[in-house]
Amino acid sequence: MSTRPATLDTMRRLPEYLVIWVPLLLAAGHLISFALWTIWVSFTPSTLVPVTGWVGLRNYNAVLATRNWNIAFDNLLLFGTAFVLLSLLMGLGLAILLDQRIRGENVLRSIFLYPLALSFVVTGTAWSWLLNPGIGIQKLVNNLGWTSFRFDWLIDRDMAIWTIVIAAVWQSSGFAMALFLAGLRSVDADLVKAAQIDGAGPLRIYRRVILPVLWPITVTVVVIQLQFAITTFDLVRALTGGGPGIATQLPALVVYDFMFQRGLLGRGAAAAVLMLLTLLAVLLPYWAWRYVQHRRASRA
Amino acid sequence: MSALTIRDVSKKFGATEVLKDINLEIGSGEFTVLVGPSGCGKSTLLNIIAGLERQSAGTIRIADRVVNDVAPKDRDIAMVFQSYALYPSMTVRQNITFGMECRNVPRPQRDEAVARVARLLQIEALLERKPAQLSGGQRQRVAMGRALVRDPLLFLFDEPLSNLDAQLRVEMRMEIKQLHQRLGSTMVYVTHDQIEAMTLATRIAVMRQGVVQQFADPETVYNRPANLFVARFMGAPPMNTLPARLEAAPDGTVAVIGDVRLPVPAEAGRWIGREVVLGIRPECIAESTRHFTDTPGAVITMTAPVEMVEPTGAETIVVLRLGNERVLGRVSPDLRHRPGDTAPFTVDTRKVSLFDPTTGDRVV
Ligand SMILES: Nc1ncnc2c1ncn2[C@@H]1O[C@H](COP(=O)(O)OP(=O)(O)OP(=O)(O)O)[C@@H](O)[C@H]1O
Ligand SMILES: [Mg+2]
Repeated sequence: MSTRPATLDTMRRLPEYLVIWVPLLLAAGHLISFALWTIWVSFTPSTLVPVTGWVGLRNYNAVLATRNWNIAFDNLLLFGTAFVLLSLLMGLGLAILLDQRIRGENVLRSIFLYPLALSFVVTGTAWSWLLNPGIGIQKLVNNLGWTSFRFDWLIDRDMAIWTIVIAAVWQSSGFAMALFLAGLRSVDADLVKAAQIDGAGPLRIYRRVILPVLWPITVTVVVIQLQFAITTFDLVRALTGGGPGIATQLPALVVYDFMFQRGLLGRGAAAAVLMLLTLLAVLLPYWAWRYVQHRRASRA
Repeated sequence: MSALTIRDVSKKFGATEVLKDINLEIGSGEFTVLVGPSGCGKSTLLNIIAGLERQSAGTIRIADRVVNDVAPKDRDIAMVFQSYALYPSMTVRQNITFGMECRNVPRPQRDEAVARVARLLQIEALLERKPAQLSGGQRQRVAMGRALVRDPLLFLFDEPLSNLDAQLRVEMRMEIKQLHQRLGSTMVYVTHDQIEAMTLATRIAVMRQGVVQQFADPETVYNRPANLFVARFMGAPPMNTLPARLEAAPDGTVAVIGDVRLPVPAEAGRWIGREVVLGIRPECIAESTRHFTDTPGAVITMTAPVEMVEPTGAETIVVLRLGNERVLGRVSPDLRHRPGDTAPFTVDTRKVSLFDPTTGDRVV
């Protein structure tokens, strides 16, 4: 008798289970099995097709010795740092401006968030036109009369990586802004009142009272942006294609290059595993931090 | 000298008028309590006094200086918020000294001030903690500390005790009262707890829908409420209010409620022959053996059916019928009335209030 209501309950909730768990398990299964498969391939002498065999760390040593990979990794460090810092500052700045209860806030918020809805391929292509000296911003300014104006970072070996930073910041500061704005709005209005009575000016109120409340959000934004930076592929592919030359190579492009251009599956897999390790180097400390925070919160 | 003068202050949020022509004059050293139901505009008025909100009309003077255009920090006030509003990222010490930091007070002076306040409020052991590591009562103390560390012209409190449990509330209430007696500062205190209002205030302003109903000392507000709203709002259980008719009697004026005739003050004479609302506090109705006064004719005895009995420990609240109206009385807990009994009661009529039934205003 007592099992019947439970069975009925299960029956009633069956669609929920099916909708949530089946896709989740399929996705997780996919992800994990491909990750494991990639790790296995990275230790095999596979070239065009996967083969069995064991070569130890030979693929890894080979990847780490290529100029391609080293440039890609240096680029990643520069791009990741610049992109994360700039999108953080832009996002925070926009959020603080929007938080002044200005008119047209909803419209502006949508505009700032809009780039996030675009595919990176679209962003990359659009910016590749804008930054193309022959047809984009430089041409426009030249035509307006300032003929000596130069803005040709896209074809400049040293500056090309910054075009990727610009496009990526443009695309994702709106996301940082949305998170910061939510954080700012969650600050108790009484805190600001108390600080006003204490005699703090607007700058000091932000610096000492409001921004400290935002730092857990900041960590979250940094981690999300960093993992985006590490896995960037389509944006570079559409914007610079890794060029000029290999000046804007990023790890994901190197993986693609090894696997599908040069037919070196083993090396490509090794590069992919190196990317995964970089990602874990960001995510594991973050998870640990979250865990500690959670523990502390549940104890308080 | 008046510490705070509020003249013709009104406040509109868009089209809704939340404060209407507020006039209050508060003397130096007074403990004024603003009391009223939720949403009546108490916090809004306090925020206007603090300068956190701008009035739509009227003037605010603090220590005889018009402060309409003075920023909160320059009004020389300190405020305690209902939410305590402790800065979450700062330690208790930093919370208390933040005001001095903003005013560039030298460090030795700051440390001295913190030490003094911490001793006063017994929070010395908590100084290096963050607000999240404090209990509700401790947070409340820190919030008090942040206000007390200064020596302002005016302390403003916005329901500082409403987030505490009942017992802690009573304790803190006593402490605030002692603090006021010791410091002698001018305080404006918002609450919607009428017991807090009665126990703390030197004067109470009862508010309703943005209008001050009565501004007087607690005794007057309690015994001579200005209208039916104040009569019913102050006191727990509230004042009994029943329709009555005034008639002339050989030895003065009486209020007739069904078959009961209660003597009322002579000033009510001009209402003879008319309907009024009679207000009588539950504590003026007691068991027949209670001796209220020797004044002849002030006390009457009657028998009445008991409908319900609520023992509270220290006393027992009885619901009884007085001339067919339900009224509450407060009797000794030793009496064991039972619902359905008919029992004798004495009624002390010296403090009855009479109200105009149409306007609700006090007649006598
Ligand atoms: N910023 C605002 N905009 C519009 N209406 C407001 C605003 N602030 C307060 N009000 C309205 O003004 C009225 C008075 O609010 P107030 O906070 O002063 O009430 P209160 O007496 O302090 O109530 P409580 O006891 O619940 O704290 C309420 O009806 C409220 O809805
Ligand atoms: Mg309030």
